[in-house]
Amino acid sequence: MDTAALGLSLRLAAWTTLLLLVLGLPLAAWLAQTRWRFKFLVEALVALPLVLPPTVLGFYLLVAMGPRGVLGPAFEALVGHSLPFSFAGLLLGSVLYSLPFAVQPFTVALAGVDRRLLEASWCLGVSRPRTFLRVVLPLAFPGILSGMVLTFAHTLGEFGVVLMVGGNLEGRTRTASIAIYDAVQALDYAAAGRTSLVLLGVSFTVLVLTYGARRAGGAPWGVRS
Amino acid sequence: MNPIVKGAVLVGALLVVGAGVVTGLRGTPPAEARPPLTIAAASDLKFALDELLQDFRAKNPGADVRVTYGSSGNFLAQLSQGAPFDVFLSADVTYPRELVQQGLVEGDVFLYGVGRLVVWVPEGSPLPVDTQGLEALRSPAARRIAIANPQHAPYGRAAQAALESQGLLPELQERLVLGENIAQTAQFVQSGNADAGLIALALALAPAMKKAGHYVEVPLGAYPRMEQGGALLKTAKDPALARRFRDTLLGAEGKALLRRYGFFLPGE
Repeated sequence: MDTAALGLSLRLAAWTTLLLLVLGLPLAAWLAQTRWRFKFLVEALVALPLVLPPTVLGFYLLVAMGPRGVLGPAFEALVGHSLPFSFAGLLLGSVLYSLPFAVQPFTVALAGVDRRLLEASWCLGVSRPRTFLRVVLPLAFPGILSGMVLTFAHTLGEFGVVLMVGGNLEGRTRTASIAIYDAVQALDYAAAGRTSLVLLGVSFTVLVLTYGARRAGGAPWGVRS
Repeated sequence: MNPIVKGAVLVGALLVVGAGVVTGLRGTPPAEARPPLTIAAASDLKFALDELLQDFRAKNPGADVRVTYGSSGNFLAQLSQGAPFDVFLSADVTYPRELVQQGLVEGDVFLYGVGRLVVWVPEGSPLPVDTQGLEALRSPAARRIAIANPQHAPYGRAAQAALESQGLLPELQERLVLGENIAQTAQFVQSGNADAGLIALALALAPAMKKAGHYVEVPLGAYPRMEQGGALLKTAKDPALARRFRDTLLGAEGKALLRRYGFFLPGE
């Protein structure tokens, strides 16, 4: 079993989840309450990674992050190394790749919060940011949690994007899915089986916990009956 | 949305899906007099084989020849599981020999070429490969050096061996990025994402690569000889056609083409 690769996948999934929490919540909050007539365009953009093959995303990333791309030179000047073949590059890819898995549940959860409760809070003199933290977040928490869990699980098994931009560097860009692919190609089915089993176990456990929580009364999708 | 717009959108969506289904059904080729010949080929054969097949199709009208390029190790894994290919052209003779062990091969393994390794740098690269060859990779300007994955790609093993024989491996290990197969390795360096690459001469001669950079061949003595072999599968639907393809590849015409596309011939 490739523990380094599994560890890297877990780290990538954790960072992606964290970043999407920070970036996805404001976007979801805006989507949940805006009445802008072109909102559907933004929704379509957010949902794109659900239907685009990861190879398309990987291809665009590789072109954009390369020395002649739009992001490449700027990033290199900033950090001193290029985005492809680095953890930062994988993280950028994963954030885009898992965007809908975070933003969609977040949006549903935030939209499901009863507006009268917010207005009550404002009337009692609580500021808007504080209301968001003390009223909206606790009420929407099950949906936000399920978005985070889905993001984590989805990133854990990411393959196409990593194959395109990773360069298979041990400990830096060789994720679990890549290690499995390598093991199969090297005809080491035993190693592939072991790593696959761990990935299967972790993914299943994560989903069982999510759906279990939903049964236990928290509504992970933010749908309040 | 008002009901009329809603209805229009719904009808439009149904039309799109319906059109897709219909073209999908219509797109299946009619039952042919002859089943297609399917070839699984190592990625370094892409340009040579594409040209050879143009000719082969012209000489065998009515023959439907389809080729899939990929990594030899992957094909071996797939063929062991009964993948429906009639011909396997590997970048390494050991893979088809494995299929012989498994009793899947018709006749014996044949050798068709010898792979050649080159150091390739993008146009305008500061690396003096022309004068120094592999030694040029010591330069700090070679921050990322692309090779194929030595775990399962023959060219990757050759690249690793070449670096090792020159005593460069310990120093450069940290800078290596691994392509999934030799074609992806070429793509890494052609796009400028890697500063140098050890790739197949057969790919360095491809038009897109020729325009984007230049190369120097690694001396044959620096790495183990890359005998490329192939096999005909017992499951071939049209064994006679498969044999005819093999004979074309091994004949005068195939030999000339392989040589032109950057292979040595067996025994050279």
